[in-house]
Amino acid sequence: MAKIHTPAMEKIEKRNARRKKPAVSTPSSEAWKRFKRNPTALIGLAVVAVLILIAIFAPLIAPFDYQQQNYAEMMKAPSIKHLFGTDQFGRDIFSRVVYGTRYSLIIALFCTVAAFFSGGLLGIIAGYFGGKVDMVIMRIMDIFQAIPMIMMAMCIVAVLGNGIPQLVAAIMFASMPTMARNNRAAILRVRGNDYIESAEAIGLSRFKIIVSHMIPNAVGVMIIYFVGFLAVSIMMMSSMSYIGVGLAAPTPEWGLILNDGKAYITTAPYMMLFPALMIMITCFAFNLMGDGLRDAFDPRLK
Amino acid sequence: MANLLEVKNLKKYFSTPRGMLHAVDNVTFNIEKGKTLGVVGESGCGKSTLGKTLMRLHEPTDGQVLFKGDDIANMPIKQFKQKYRANIQMIFQDPYASLDPRKSVLELIEEPIRVHNRSYTKAEIKSHAEEMMEFVGLAKRLSNSYPHELDGGRRQRIGIARALSLNPEFIVCDEPVSALDVSIQAQILNLLQDLQEDKGLTYMFITHDMSVVKHISDDIAVMYLGQMVEKCPAEEIFKDTIHPYSQALLSAIPIPDVHASHDRMIMKGELTSPIDPKPCCRFAARCPYATDECRAKEPALREMRPGHFVACHQAEKFM
Repeated sequence: MAKIHTPAMEKIEKRNARRKKPAVSTPSSEAWKRFKRNPTALIGLAVVAVLILIAIFAPLIAPFDYQQQNYAEMMKAPSIKHLFGTDQFGRDIFSRVVYGTRYSLIIALFCTVAAFFSGGLLGIIAGYFGGKVDMVIMRIMDIFQAIPMIMMAMCIVAVLGNGIPQLVAAIMFASMPTMARNNRAAILRVRGNDYIESAEAIGLSRFKIIVSHMIPNAVGVMIIYFVGFLAVSIMMMSSMSYIGVGLAAPTPEWGLILNDGKAYITTAPYMMLFPALMIMITCFAFNLMGDGLRDAFDPRLK
Repeated sequence: MANLLEVKNLKKYFSTPRGMLHAVDNVTFNIEKGKTLGVVGESGCGKSTLGKTLMRLHEPTDGQVLFKGDDIANMPIKQFKQKYRANIQMIFQDPYASLDPRKSVLELIEEPIRVHNRSYTKAEIKSHAEEMMEFVGLAKRLSNSYPHELDGGRRQRIGIARALSLNPEFIVCDEPVSALDVSIQAQILNLLQDLQEDKGLTYMFITHDMSVVKHISDDIAVMYLGQMVEKCPAEEIFKDTIHPYSQALLSAIPIPDVHASHDRMIMKGELTSPIDPKPCCRFAARCPYATDECRAKEPALREMRPGHFVACHQAEKFM
């Protein structure tokens, strides 16, 4: 029988041709689909993206140099010229905050990566081998955790001096235990699965099992901790700078700007308001994103 | 025919905070080449542990496992992996949990081939895997699918393909159909039987389902709390079972007839704890015929008829 063509059928055929073939559904693509449907997570992602753009294009966005002092315009309230006002040296706070984004994001990333590769790796090892190895690693982590973070940071700064590497080291040591614990839990959750035993039964080596079965299955949970930890390290960094054991002036780090403004909190509250707001927004965005990732990778964890 | 596998006094104990858990205790049996031994028993009686101990997924506590005359239970694990890993394979109980959800069907089947054939090229591995897919009845178009997109039967076929791709002689089937729908159970059982005929495979078929075991086994072993209480040819257990526990198990098979009157033997009493058990018959606490002897002495496995072994002090009474 000859095929009949009607305009309606052609329309349908055209539409079908336009439609993309259904993508293969992998666990990761499913996770991305769920993430896309989550408005709060998308807001978090958007804010983080904007912050990254600000950090990259800081010299273009900032109207002044962050170090440039102007004694004619000290302690000015926010205006069109100085969006966030000026500090006691006449430096433009907006410019300082914009440049501060660079410091905060980059150092937070370094801290998190460092913590992840030290504590995280230890956690993976502890989780996989269990028994005595687990016992030794986790007890050492417990000892680390028993030292107050600020005190540890102060010790490190006292020995090595102020600076970015010292700050990263301090935050890394302080956060290693949590990282180790989280990754250990993620690995333990995967380790109990039958498919690990099945991999053993077909003769896969331990290393292969960790790399090709355990980490891929635990990576979702690990990413969640990773993103959540970015927020934590920004907080830690700012609080350490604020009490004077973090970065040294005149670095435009948010915690330092806060510290500059604390003497004038009654007369010029805007000096503290804007950097504090930035810290808040950044942490909030990372947390929203982290929560979104958690829901996306493992809806059951909610 | 020659025995492919001889298990002698195999023991697997787990140390727990409350004492030694005797998961497999003094189990002795043989499996002839090309035959199927069905292992039945209730949950927690050590069937799966027995299978996994044979595979060296658990380290045996004591005893011997002779595979073609070679003691695989006491050789260094490295040597075992090299010589016998591919030879002794396992099909897992739950095809939903025993397949890595992040790997596609083809990747899952390629994995064992890659491990054991280092010299293969990528294309050879792929063609071998596709051959295996066809062999177990998986359509080629499924090769890029992920396990979660498939039904239980197809997933179990992946598990079977994984095990078979290594050309094993002996396969431990750990309740391979208990997680499947009844209609699919039959398909998988038939597949397993066809494969056995084709390749001369030897199975140890672990299950708690008496009707499944009847369908597939040549010999049947009944386990209770880590011990083998009865072992005999499959036909015999349904006609002339001796051990009271086996009788109780058999009476639990539903009869598909509404009018049939059915004397079920209901077991009373608690399961004896498998942790540091006393030297007595472990079934004594629930056995309606238990005597003082049963509560004081552990019964040995005795051959009551040719090929029919029973561990019961009063076996003569039930013959």
